[in-house]
Amino acid sequence: MDLDPVLLARIQFAANITFHILFPTITIALGWMLLFMRWRWLKTNQRPWLTAYRFWTKVFALTFALGVVSGITMSFQFGTNWPGFMEKVGNIAGPLLGFEVLTAFFLEATFLGVMLFGHGRVSERIHMLATFLVAFGTTMSAFWILVLNSWMQTPVGYEIIDGEFHVTSWLEIIFNPSFPWRFAHMLLASFLTMSFLVAGVSAWQVLRRKANPSSAVALRAALTLAALLIPVQIVVGDMHGLNTLQHQPQKIAAIEGVWETEKGAPLLLFALPNEAERRNDFAIGIPKMASFILTHEWDGELKGLNEFENHPPVKPLFFGFRIMVAVGTMMLLVSWVGCWILRRHGWQPERAPRWLIASIAGMTFSGWVATVAGWYVTEIGRQPWIVQGLIKTADVASSTPAPYIALTLAGYLITYAALIACYIGVLRYMAEKPSDTYDPAPTGGAAVLGGAQLARKAGEA
Amino acid sequence: MTWAEFLPVIFMGLMGLSMFLYVVLDGFDLGVGMLLHRANDSQKDMMIASIGPFWDANETWLVLGVGILLIAFPKAHGVVMTALYLPIALMLIGLILRGVAFDFRVKAQDTHKPLWNRGFFIGSTVTSVAQGWMLGRFITGFAEGAVYDLFALAIAIALPCAYVLMGASWLVLKTDGELQRRAAQWGRTALIPVIIGMGLISLATPWVSSTVAERWFSLPQLIGLLPIPFATFACFVALWWTLSGTRALGTLCWLPFILTIGVFLMGGLGLAYSLYPYVVMDRITIWQAASSTAALNLILAGCAFTVPAILGYTLFAHRVFWGKATELRYG
Ligand code: HDD
Ligand code: HEM
Ligand code: HEM
Repeated sequence: MDLDPVLLARIQFAANITFHILFPTITIALGWMLLFMRWRWLKTNQRPWLTAYRFWTKVFALTFALGVVSGITMSFQFGTNWPGFMEKVGNIAGPLLGFEVLTAFFLEATFLGVMLFGHGRVSERIHMLATFLVAFGTTMSAFWILVLNSWMQTPVGYEIIDGEFHVTSWLEIIFNPSFPWRFAHMLLASFLTMSFLVAGVSAWQVLRRKANPSSAVALRAALTLAALLIPVQIVVGDMHGLNTLQHQPQKIAAIEGVWETEKGAPLLLFALPNEAERRNDFAIGIPKMASFILTHEWDGELKGLNEFENHPPVKPLFFGFRIMVAVGTMMLLVSWVGCWILRRHGWQPERAPRWLIASIAGMTFSGWVATVAGWYVTEIGRQPWIVQGLIKTADVASSTPAPYIALTLAGYLITYAALIACYIGVLRYMAEKPSDTYDPAPTGGAAVLGGAQLARKAGEA
Repeated sequence: MTWAEFLPVIFMGLMGLSMFLYVVLDGFDLGVGMLLHRANDSQKDMMIASIGPFWDANETWLVLGVGILLIAFPKAHGVVMTALYLPIALMLIGLILRGVAFDFRVKAQDTHKPLWNRGFFIGSTVTSVAQGWMLGRFITGFAEGAVYDLFALAIAIALPCAYVLMGASWLVLKTDGELQRRAAQWGRTALIPVIIGMGLISLATPWVSSTVAERWFSLPQLIGLLPIPFATFACFVALWWTLSGTRALGTLCWLPFILTIGVFLMGGLGLAYSLYPYVVMDRITIWQAASSTAALNLILAGCAFTVPAILGYTLFAHRVFWGKATELRYG
């Protein structure tokens, strides 16, 4: 069989980053949620908040570990799969990745230890600060990596000398046209993913009659947050789409399944894009709606795929986009109906209708589905380019022989499948274990210890 | 040397520093991982508790080291990564297994704990062997041939032993009682293969690489360089002395760890001297591989602020967990 090394390298890169993003989407927002829970506990002195904090800290540690190890894989993947990428755009991508390591990774990784195990060894204030720095670090890391990714989608601020990219303006590069939307959309995606995870696991505890007092407070906080954020996400998503229409119209044409340039294009609810015959089969749509959403005019003109020399494959974009929007709609429905009904039952999930609790539990991993679908739309929508309009993916691929790539790909896939199963399994096991036992931190008092005191304490031990 | 020519030298130094810190810091984590199966259950928990708050930050030095290769020497980055494709994949899978086993073992059902302990051991071992192999291939500039493979194989065995030594001396520092006593024994057992391995490699390197031979064995240099082998030898003798009997179990518990760092430092200095100014031995110099001066200036400015801050809060974290390891609890 003839294996195409570039295709294999693409599948491998996609597999690794898909696995990676599952965990950052949770940790980026969960860090802030933990800070909130800790703050509520200090403020109200109500035990459920502490219990919730303890439980979700463990989940955070587990998720973070998976994020770190898969992230380390990512940092090698640029070189092993796309050596030509750094050779050409190293002057731009290098500093961005460098600042991510220097300002984000060390911060989060170092203070993680203090945050997880330092309680009782440092003062309450320093501990809050450590938690804050971890949350801040994860957010910074999302900032830098999204700058790079957005720049690859909408490159500006560079000049090309002898085939190598040089910087003309860092400001333009960092605040490239698609960055603000992508950063906002991704952070919101992260908070939504985390909210549905927290709400879903708490609902699961209620369903299995393993709830403890923390389940109700966690469910309430998470579901309220989701209900507040999902409308914002939908609006931001729409504006992100308008921005993409401006800069990458071929992507939008593929998302909407528009082959010929047309005025008053319908919003397709279902269709089977047929790339061989360049048309859609079985199309069902709302007349003129797509034009209206994207141009804000009923008869606005949408450019069709046939006008572009290079355009991305249509099917994955068309369906990927619809999956994301469908999940977004379900999130809206579940969080709003959920908040409404739970409020009427005094936020006591045990008394709420079972179908509602089951639906919330069913949405536990919905954020993963939408996030991955969204990234596939974004990334496949850039193909065949690696840097939109400037460098083709195939031109920067490595010369590694196909069998090597296939072998390592198989290794990664087996590892990843096993780990996702373990992750979900352990999450479920932890959720069903009674966890409302208060264990005071190892070394009693929470006073700040000076270096000398610490050393003396260590000497005594 | 102009500033533009000097910049790549600075970045080679930074990359060396970051790799050195990685090898020392994650070295003790990996060493503890490889020693895990020798301990009983409660000792296992204590061993893991001793590295619990640190392993993640330790691993980040690898990301920085590879990061600097990628950022400062993009034209060598692709060559190195392509040449080491398979061992890198192996190392990554090892690191994944090690990192997750660490977290899963305390959160999964008790009946699964032995399985995760084994995962931790296997992950640490695979990672160390793959790193040794990569180092061996790197030193010879990825030359092809049975001799070179044999050379890489020797390092693939020696480096894990050195990590075990590092892990054992870390445990001598961070634990007490029975575990500390056993750790000293483990350290002494690992010492012999490390001495033999390092000796063989020091002899074999000039033999497989004429560049290295020239560097070391021409006359004025040789005299200037003699302190390196002598200091290494002195560290080994001192290690043997402290790890014997009960000398390391009291107030001197920090000594084996410092001495092992000394051994690694000497090895690192020797290696740096052999390599300079190549990023890929005999093929690509740091100047050929470097990014544009503008990009390097920017990252250097960034490093000037962040690296001291990183070192500062790393010390802070170690101070928070100063002294003997205690049971870890989430709080
Ligand atoms: C929007 C968020 C996001 C995206 C798109 C990526 N990452 Fe990531 N990454 C994170 C958000 C993140 C994080 C939240 O900061 C993580 C996850 C958990 C963690 O420990 O930090 C992280 C960890 C992480 C680590 C380990 C850091 C450590 O040791 O603490 C590395 C080396 C990378 N990532 C590298 C990459 C690369 C090369 C990517 C792109 C190709 C990438 N990540 C995409
Ligand atoms: C985190 C979420 C991300 C996901 C789920 C994701 C997913 C994908 C997928 C599925 C592809 C393959 C497209 C195709 O070839 O048809 C791809 C390509 C690519 N992505 Fe991403 N990506 C993500 C983020 C990023 C980021 C942040 C960067 C860089 C900073 C990046 C760099 C690339 C590169 C270099 C390619 C080209 C190689 C290829 O075609 O496979 N990606 N990504
Ligand atoms: C329901 C309304 C939504 C709309 C109209 C929308 C719109 C879009 C568009 C147009 C893109 C592609 C941008 C581009 O590549 O140029 C995108 C990407 C993405 N979407 Fe959505 N989205 C919606 C909901 C969601 C939800 C609920 C989530 C996750 C919880 C989500 C997560 C993502 C992610 C992670 C990306 C890729 C990163 C990015 O390009 O920002 N989206 N979205």
